[in-house]
Amino acid sequence: MNANGETIIEVNHLVRRFGDRAVLDDISFNVHRGDTLVIMGGSGCGKSTLLRHMIGSMKPTSGSVKLFGEEVTGMSEREIERVRLRFGMLFQSGALLASLTVGENVALPLLQHTDKSPDQIEEIVKQKLQMVGLTGFEDLRPDEISGGMKKRVGLARALALDPELLFSDEPTSGLDPIMTAVVDELTLNLTKGTHMTAVVVSHDMTSAFRIATRMIMLGHGSIVAQGTPDEIRNSPNPEVQQFIHGKPDGPIPLNLSQDEHEHHQYVKPRPFAWARGRFHGRTR
Amino acid sequence: MKNYLLLNIGILYWIFIAPFKGQFFKIAPIFRQMVFIGVRAAPMVALTAFSVGVTLAMQAAHSLESLGAQIYIPDLVMLTLLREMGPVLIAVIVIGRSGSAVAAELGTMKVSEEIEALEVMAINPVQYLVVPRVFAMLVMLPALTIFGNYIGILGGWAVCRYALDFNTAGYVLRALESAETWDLYSGMIKSVVFAWLVITIACNAGLNVEGGAEGVGQSTTASVVESLLAMLVMNAILTGIFFFSA
Repeated sequence: MNANGETIIEVNHLVRRFGDRAVLDDISFNVHRGDTLVIMGGSGCGKSTLLRHMIGSMKPTSGSVKLFGEEVTGMSEREIERVRLRFGMLFQSGALLASLTVGENVALPLLQHTDKSPDQIEEIVKQKLQMVGLTGFEDLRPDEISGGMKKRVGLARALALDPELLFSDEPTSGLDPIMTAVVDELTLNLTKGTHMTAVVVSHDMTSAFRIATRMIMLGHGSIVAQGTPDEIRNSPNPEVQQFIHGKPDGPIPLNLSQDEHEHHQYVKPRPFAWARGRFHGRTR
Repeated sequence: MKNYLLLNIGILYWIFIAPFKGQFFKIAPIFRQMVFIGVRAAPMVALTAFSVGVTLAMQAAHSLESLGAQIYIPDLVMLTLLREMGPVLIAVIVIGRSGSAVAAELGTMKVSEEIEALEVMAINPVQYLVVPRVFAMLVMLPALTIFGNYIGILGGWAVCRYALDFNTAGYVLRALESAETWDLYSGMIKSVVFAWLVITIACNAGLNVEGGAEGVGQSTTASVVESLLAMLVMNAILTGIFFFSA
């Protein structure tokens, strides 16, 4: 851990409630320049919610999130756009625009936010796609490539503006072991070489221990353990040991109860439900 | 409703205020959307308008014959098309074809996180996705309406020329004599208002989809129904203002 580096992300006492249930309960941590923070934890433990608060697309109930020393929680849409230019984000599904080709997807941030000439942009697109091992895929459409490829294109797009900070939501799930190693290598090169900072949400323990300089394990909305990979590996906490070794038996409950699960499944009220009920009554 | 008003404010901002702050909208996507929203709807519009023109002429022939006033068939076809049937029916076609397509497309983008990805890339979805569609609709619906009016008048001519005692010159002269420029302009104003309603309702429905593929379907249906209702009510209001108030 690079304790002397500039603090890139500062999360302080972050709380997010849905109804009276706290999905994120008093989360605090710092990430320094050049660090790779891996956030792990079981499904539904609040990892994605935490990530969404860090990129400013969700507002916390209380607490603060600072990116590059600037408080993002109270920012207006325009202010937040300025901060967003400095980081890239890889979505779990890739989130490529289906109406554009692979090349156009990677070029999109460059076209929108820089004054580079089409030739320069083409050059950068080629280079970024080469970094993720997809040379020559520029003209394919997102529906013509596999899920793992989409994810890698998403990574190339996230890196298009050479961000100082990269958020990745499960970058290696769905990739084969070799591609996983390539993506991990890429992350390592970027953090070591260009002092990029990375925040990675991951289930993949091999990959996590390969890239992390710091790890956080979330459980039930709060931090169960945090530290360097070695500290985590040697953690006496049985929940951590169960998770990193993937054991079925242990202190982590297998299923969330219905009550705990509620906030994940927002059931949209069906339109004209009253009318349906009425017709229903009549036919019976 | 709140979302809808916010979307309208957002669109107005990106059209009228942002360009003066140096954020111009791009032209290329507008043309792409014009082809998608407008040009590809042209065959359907032509068929509809032709049928309506033929129908109007046949009905008029039947009714006016008993009064010995068949000479007024072109007037009736022309005025009905320019003032009411043209703008309304072509808006109906565009709602069914292009409005629903826009709602479904944006809805799919929403559920597949594409909209969120745009936001995270600091690209405003209203600027990037909605504004080109609004411009395209504002240009193409009136254009399709003019096109449809022509085709409809052609339909009326076909009936008059081949089934009744008109010659082409007589039909054209009569039709042109009956209509004033205001008849055309009132239809165009309606058409522009409808365009705004249709595209904003469709975009709003798409951007507010929740809950996967089913949500996309529900929103698309809702956008079609809401657009139709809003358009027909607005038509009654505008007709009241244009032809009934003074």
